[in-house]
Amino acid sequence: MNYIISIMPSLLSGAKMTLILFLWTLIISIPLGIIVSLGLISHFKIIRAILKFYIWIMRGTPLLLQLIFIFYGLPIIGIIFQRYNAALFAFILNYTAYFAEIFRGGFQSVPGGQYESAHVLQLTKWQTLRHIIIPQVSKIVIPSIGNEVINLVKDTSLVYVIGLGELLRAGNVATARDVTLVPLVLVGIIYLLMTGIASFILKKIEHSYSKWK
Amino acid sequence: MLELKNITKKFGSRTILNKLNLTILDQEILAIVGPSGAGKTTLLRCLSGLEKVDSGQFLWNNQEFDPTEPSKDNQITGVVFQSYELFPNLTIIDNITLAPRLVLKEDNSQALQTAKQLLHDLDLTGKEELYPYQLSGGQKQRVAIARALAMKPQILCYDEPTSALDPALRAKVGEIILQLKNNNKMTQIIVTHDMDFAHQVADQIFTVKALDFKKVD
Ligand SMILES: Nc1ncnc2c1ncn2[C@@H]1O[C@H](COP(=O)(O)OP(=O)(O)OP(=O)(O)O)[C@@H](O)[C@H]1O
Ligand SMILES: [Mg+2]
Repeated sequence: MNYIISIMPSLLSGAKMTLILFLWTLIISIPLGIIVSLGLISHFKIIRAILKFYIWIMRGTPLLLQLIFIFYGLPIIGIIFQRYNAALFAFILNYTAYFAEIFRGGFQSVPGGQYESAHVLQLTKWQTLRHIIIPQVSKIVIPSIGNEVINLVKDTSLVYVIGLGELLRAGNVATARDVTLVPLVLVGIIYLLMTGIASFILKKIEHSYSKWK
Repeated sequence: MLELKNITKKFGSRTILNKLNLTILDQEILAIVGPSGAGKTTLLRCLSGLEKVDSGQFLWNNQEFDPTEPSKDNQITGVVFQSYELFPNLTIIDNITLAPRLVLKEDNSQALQTAKQLLHDLDLTGKEELYPYQLSGGQKQRVAIARALAMKPQILCYDEPTSALDPALRAKVGEIILQLKNNNKMTQIIVTHDMDFAHQVADQIFTVKALDFKKVD
């Protein structure tokens, strides 16, 4: 027990880094994903082609490769990131692509008649988005977004590879130093707590959309 | 009075409506009939600004207007879609009051009062707080009518209002259409396949001919 208390501060500071990375990625990637998805369904061929290419790369290659590429690769051509910035940049690029695909599907599953009836009622484009389309898209995408959010909690452990002091690294350092499994078990428990809380919040949000179909 | 003059509508190289002329007097009920694919829905969509015509004019009381650029002070057409297109995320009362509040800038109590009156007239009292999925087809259609009327259009257009209804409900929507004519002085345009229904409610029947068939003959 004393041992657990003694390693907790380092684990918690690792968990704090994990959480910061997680939150910033969500806060930036979700709005960006919406914007990119609007580009994907826009009438501009060139924009669509560029965005499709970007998504193809991001979803077709491992996030680990993207992290290594940005932190170890780009400095070779003179683009240097701090560890934390490299991690955040890679996560935002990667998760924006996934979110954009989810939102694209969401926007496309709202029937065209919804836009048309808003149009004949003279709602502006923005009013239509805000009052009609976004609520319907949200309801459709929340389960898929939820999956990605849980994935993101776990994916944050990948930044281990660029030497950022997050939760997994904190646990591994303690295990290697003290030759005991306890830190790794604790790390597992902390991840479970984080994914558990995220699932709980997502269920609540999902529930708030269940009063209409 | 609404006049359509020389309306031509093409999709690509296919002409759907060719120099069509049509006049509807105030408070009249016009039924638009014709074979499937003739362009009835297309005509309605042009009139309600969902499609751009290639040439021709729309006149309301001898003043030309562009249906694709409606103004909030003078909403010419309201539309009841074949599949109603209620907003599933909004309650019945919000479906009806959303546009009056946002577009006509009515204040809440004013919009609510209009909506409640409409719900009462259309036999929907008590449904205010329900969501569209909780209503039957006929009730949804009446909400769609109320939603269109709340914008105070000059003309109410329906696409196939009887296609999804059983005989009893078909009679009921017929009654409502006549009630809107007599009590609300509403001018109405009804696209339908249903000749019996057209004869029952309409003052004037207009037949849209299928152009492609004519060319083949
Ligand atoms: N967006 C579109 N693009 C191309 N062609 C279209 C489009 N909308 C309709 N058409 C064509 O225009 C013609 C008229 O269609 P419309 O839907 O107006 O017919 P309708 O008279 O309403 O038929 P129905 O009685 O089956 O509803 C059809 O041949 C249809 O294929
Ligand atoms: Mg039709």
